[in-house]
Amino acid sequence: MADRKDTVLYLDNISVSFDGFKAINHLSLYITRGELRAIIGPNGAGKTTMMDIITGKTKPDTGTLLFNGNIDLKKLDEVSIAELGIGRKFQKPTIFENQTVYDNILLSLDNPRGVIANLGYVTTKSTSDKIDELLEIIRLTKYKNLEGSNLSHGQKQWLEIGMLLAQDPDVLLVDEPAAGMTDAETADTAKLLINIAKTKSVIVVEHDMEFIRALNSKVTVLHEGAVLAEGSLDQVSKNQEVIDVYLGR
Amino acid sequence: MKRCRLYKSLFIGLLLSCFINTHLLADTLNDTINSLAKGGFKERAKVIGLMSRLNDDRILNSLEALSAGKLYFRKNNKQVIILKKEDNKYYAKDPVTKSNLGVVQKKQFKKIRVNNRLRRQIKLTLSSLKLRASSPKDRILAATNILKTIDKSALKAIQSQLLIEKNKSVRKAMIAARASVILFNNSSNAKQIQSINILMKYGGREARSVLTRFLSSANPRVKKITENAIKTIDVSLQRWTFIQNVWYGLSLGSVLLLAAIGLAITFGVMGVINMAHGEMVMIGAYTTFVVQDLIKANFSHLFEYSLAFSIPLAFIVSGLVGIAIERGVIRYLYGRPLETLLATWGISLVLQQTVRSLFGPTNQEVSSPEFMSGAFQVGQMTITYNRLYIIFFAVFILLILLILIKKSSFGLQMRAVTQNRLMARSMGIRSDWVDALTFGLGSGIAGIAGVALSQIENVSPNLGQAYIIDSFMVVVFGGVGNLWGTLVGAMTLGVANKFLEPFAGAVLAKIMVLIFIILFIQKRPRGMFALKGRAIE
Amino acid sequence: MISDKFYKYLGISGSSFLCIMGGAILIIVASNTLLNSDHPLHVSSYVVTLLGKYLCYAILAISIDLVWGYCGVLSLGHGAFFALGGYAMGMHLMREIGPRGVYGNPVLPDFMVFLNWKELPWYWYGFDMFWFAILMAVVAPALLAYIFGWLAFRSRVTGVYLSIMTQALTFALLLAFYRNDMGFGGNNGLTDFKDVLGFNIQENRTRLVLFVISGLVLMITFMFSKILVDSKYGKALIAIRDSESRVRFLGYRVEHYKLFIWTLSAGLAGIAGALYVPQVGIINPSEFSPANSIEAVLWVAVGGRGTLIGPVLGAILVNGSKTILTSAFPEVWLFTLGAIFIFVTIFLPKGIMGLFNRSNRKSNASGISKIAGLRKIFIFDGKKDG
Ligand SMILES: Nc1ncnc2c1ncn2[C@@H]1O[C@H](COP(=O)(O)OP(=O)(O)OP(=O)(O)O)[C@@H](O)[C@H]1O
Ligand SMILES: [Mg+2]
Repeated sequence: MADRKDTVLYLDNISVSFDGFKAINHLSLYITRGELRAIIGPNGAGKTTMMDIITGKTKPDTGTLLFNGNIDLKKLDEVSIAELGIGRKFQKPTIFENQTVYDNILLSLDNPRGVIANLGYVTTKSTSDKIDELLEIIRLTKYKNLEGSNLSHGQKQWLEIGMLLAQDPDVLLVDEPAAGMTDAETADTAKLLINIAKTKSVIVVEHDMEFIRALNSKVTVLHEGAVLAEGSLDQVSKNQEVIDVYLGR
Repeated sequence: MKRCRLYKSLFIGLLLSCFINTHLLADTLNDTINSLAKGGFKERAKVIGLMSRLNDDRILNSLEALSAGKLYFRKNNKQVIILKKEDNKYYAKDPVTKSNLGVVQKKQFKKIRVNNRLRRQIKLTLSSLKLRASSPKDRILAATNILKTIDKSALKAIQSQLLIEKNKSVRKAMIAARASVILFNNSSNAKQIQSINILMKYGGREARSVLTRFLSSANPRVKKITENAIKTIDVSLQRWTFIQNVWYGLSLGSVLLLAAIGLAITFGVMGVINMAHGEMVMIGAYTTFVVQDLIKANFSHLFEYSLAFSIPLAFIVSGLVGIAIERGVIRYLYGRPLETLLATWGISLVLQQTVRSLFGPTNQEVSSPEFMSGAFQVGQMTITYNRLYIIFFAVFILLILLILIKKSSFGLQMRAVTQNRLMARSMGIRSDWVDALTFGLGSGIAGIAGVALSQIENVSPNLGQAYIIDSFMVVVFGGVGNLWGTLVGAMTLGVANKFLEPFAGAVLAKIMVLIFIILFIQKRPRGMFALKGRAIE
Repeated sequence: MISDKFYKYLGISGSSFLCIMGGAILIIVASNTLLNSDHPLHVSSYVVTLLGKYLCYAILAISIDLVWGYCGVLSLGHGAFFALGGYAMGMHLMREIGPRGVYGNPVLPDFMVFLNWKELPWYWYGFDMFWFAILMAVVAPALLAYIFGWLAFRSRVTGVYLSIMTQALTFALLLAFYRNDMGFGGNNGLTDFKDVLGFNIQENRTRLVLFVISGLVLMITFMFSKILVDSKYGKALIAIRDSESRVRFLGYRVEHYKLFIWTLSAGLAGIAGALYVPQVGIINPSEFSPANSIEAVLWVAVGGRGTLIGPVLGAILVNGSKTILTSAFPEVWLFTLGAIFIFVTIFLPKGIMGLFNRSNRKSNASGISKIAGLRKIFIFDGKKDG
């Protein structure tokens, strides 16, 4: 298959089970630099679990998991993996509810993460400009000083996307970004991701087929913890197995 | 010749004792004792001789009192009694029945005096009487006493008793006692070596100290043998110390287990941290106390069975208090563990103060029934019945609970609710009732733990506080949500504590165990037998 | 000019709180020294010392709030850090007695002479110097906290597990300090102090000065904490409190953040203890008892955690009522205390400060656009514009 050297993310033969239940079953997946990849699959297929594994939340039982071809992610914890430049948006939007939209972005910005650095941290003009710019993108400028808990579900989705952008990672794992968004917003999100994928690698999980079509990228179908099919959306949607387990329902 | 005479006198004594024993009523015994009041020292010596032949354990008491100068007679009717002074008051006691005769005026009594000769006679009589005591336990005690003190005067008594003694362990003790006397009796080397061997085989601390005392007076050859014998005893003593430590550890572990089982349910299964858990234990102990008091006052014939009432009652009382706490406070705090912790701490303060106001701040004593008091000997180790029963009891409760959770429909509902509340509710399980009952169950078991604790500890309002940290450690150490883990955790911590104690002292041992657990949690934050998966997160 | 700076850092509520406190201290000092003792507004030296004690408790409360209210780590063992600071100060005061003890030994404290000790244990060296004792009052608890925290946070022990561990920690220290051979006076602890820095500890003037110092330290602690929690570090801390794992996925080393505030907070508690001991004149192992620590947590809960005024308010209110109630109806106090625990957790989860906050919230709801311009009144949500 793909050469290990070219891949940003290299998952090979990964398995993980919870109390005997195999959530990920000999999964292999290769993401190259600057690639936009959509992942679809029925509920419980293991999409979120796959992201858990990449980000260090869940440790795989067996298999190889490499970043940039040579860094073994299995040995690292969540923080080190984040430091490598792998960012994530969670399926259930998780923002800091008791802090303002502004602070949520500020905390995510790609600045030094150490204790000492943040004790003496002073917001510079360029930083606040950057935050304003991001807020513009995610349409939350008006709500800059509102506490996170007061946002609607869709706004929280946007805020989390904003936090991911602020982090400026090399690999973005985006879990169901379109849930709770209007059609226009969904289209915008797709555009945004396509734009980002020009320079970064992006993995998107979604159930919304319109959205996937808009991404116009390679699609991987997961089923019962393993890859069922891979190819363009047109290719996979003709695949009989895929129709049986997912699309046809 | 000598032996012949001994036999003869023994035979007569035996005959006499059989005769008298069967026919002597309490009245005759009283008469004999009362006759101590008459005549001078010579007559008294005769009466004592007569008494020694009665072969009745009940005269021990009066003889001991006599040699201690506590035996008196009433001036007007020559009735003999034992006088005891307490808080400047004199209490009279019947020498035969030991029953209290109430407060008396000392003026009306006269002391029955004894001289040194009589005292010696009494001592001999006492030791031979004790060797002949009806219960084997007392006979062993008498023999061990002779062994300890190397009482040469008792040699004759031992020898005569050995002729008729049938009980094996009593015989062993007596032979060892005789050996100790012979060892110090300027006997021949051969006899000494024989005695040393007997003592070595008998083993134990007493025999060891007899041998060490002998060391200084032994000649070189015998000395060598003695030293070897001491070494042998030391080895076996060490083994016994080890076993003893395990035993003490298991005993402590069973107490911890009892205290922790309830917590394993409320914390382990429900995830509710109940800081008033110790107070549930305390309430159980006070229930025992109250039950015992009521029975003592109203149905004293049932006293032996008071525990049979206490256990279910303690379960019910603590369980009800637990349900009240769950309905009144905890249910408002589900999902907020730190707040639950604080609120239940508040409850524990209220409960403690309530009990303190009702019963006073002092310790209350709960007495054990007959079958739970006393002890028996295994090799060099004493095992008390109450601790033995508590170990069995703790394991028994654990098993019952396991069966309840695994097999009963309530257990099924309980597991369903704790795993998925919404789902359980939609299937028609009344989840709030299951919560209340589960909490009540945990609390009720804590109450039962209180019954057991009342048997080995004083009952005070602070009783529970000592257990909350310990039982929490047990649950954490064993693995949350796993009752077998709780068992292993409790026993491990108990044994570890008791093994550390001799080296570090009780307090330091406790500290070391605490530090150990803090370090242990580093390696396995979820305990020894942790469950995996989403259920516990 | 300076007031502008203050205002900038502390916000309205912070600066007004500091002004009120400073004013109150001045009034108390004035009334104690200027008014005649039979004047109805005279504050007696007894009351001054009592208030001084409360101020120390308030510092302890702030230190607990820093870890609990801002970082979500509920410590049931802060009494241990407080007591360690107290012992450090007590050791200095013991050394300052010198040859005036009952046994007249110039070096050894009385209890050591009594135990037939011949030499000062090594860990008592240096405590004859005041600066060293003060240093130790901070370093000893901070070091203990650092070790404990390093172990606990590294392995992600959180929630009630951590709370119970802290309780076990203070319990272990309680047992240890009861031992005579620890060399800290065993059961009786350290007491019978004579002087502090050469001033008679019994004298009213000394007590007044100690009171003022406690007040100043409290005010400094308050300012310092305010700046800390408003910094980006503080924001990260609150983020950790609310969603620890999310912060990890952003690449923050959560354990370092926790360890820093935890250690700092322990040192702060140590300072509180060091100020406390010369005012009450005794330090003994009972200060380590778990009940003390958890009571201190209650002060924070009553006042309102996650705010800085709350803990101060709570410490003074709860201890004030304790003083009044225990002398008037000693039986009732524990009932009251228990009831407060239950009441606050169920009905007042945000404490007294939460009451103000709620009315503040309502005005927020009326118009979102106004919020940007709205200067918030209370610290806990007094965010500065970016
Ligand atoms: N920590 C865990 N413990 C137990 N089971 C788990 C755990 N994590 C995931 N699972 C199980 O693994 C399976 C895959 O879950 P996952 O969340 O990855 O599905 P998904 O593909 O993201 O589904 P969806 O489209 O609904 O988000 C599910 O059946 C889930 O119950
Ligand atoms: Mg998912």
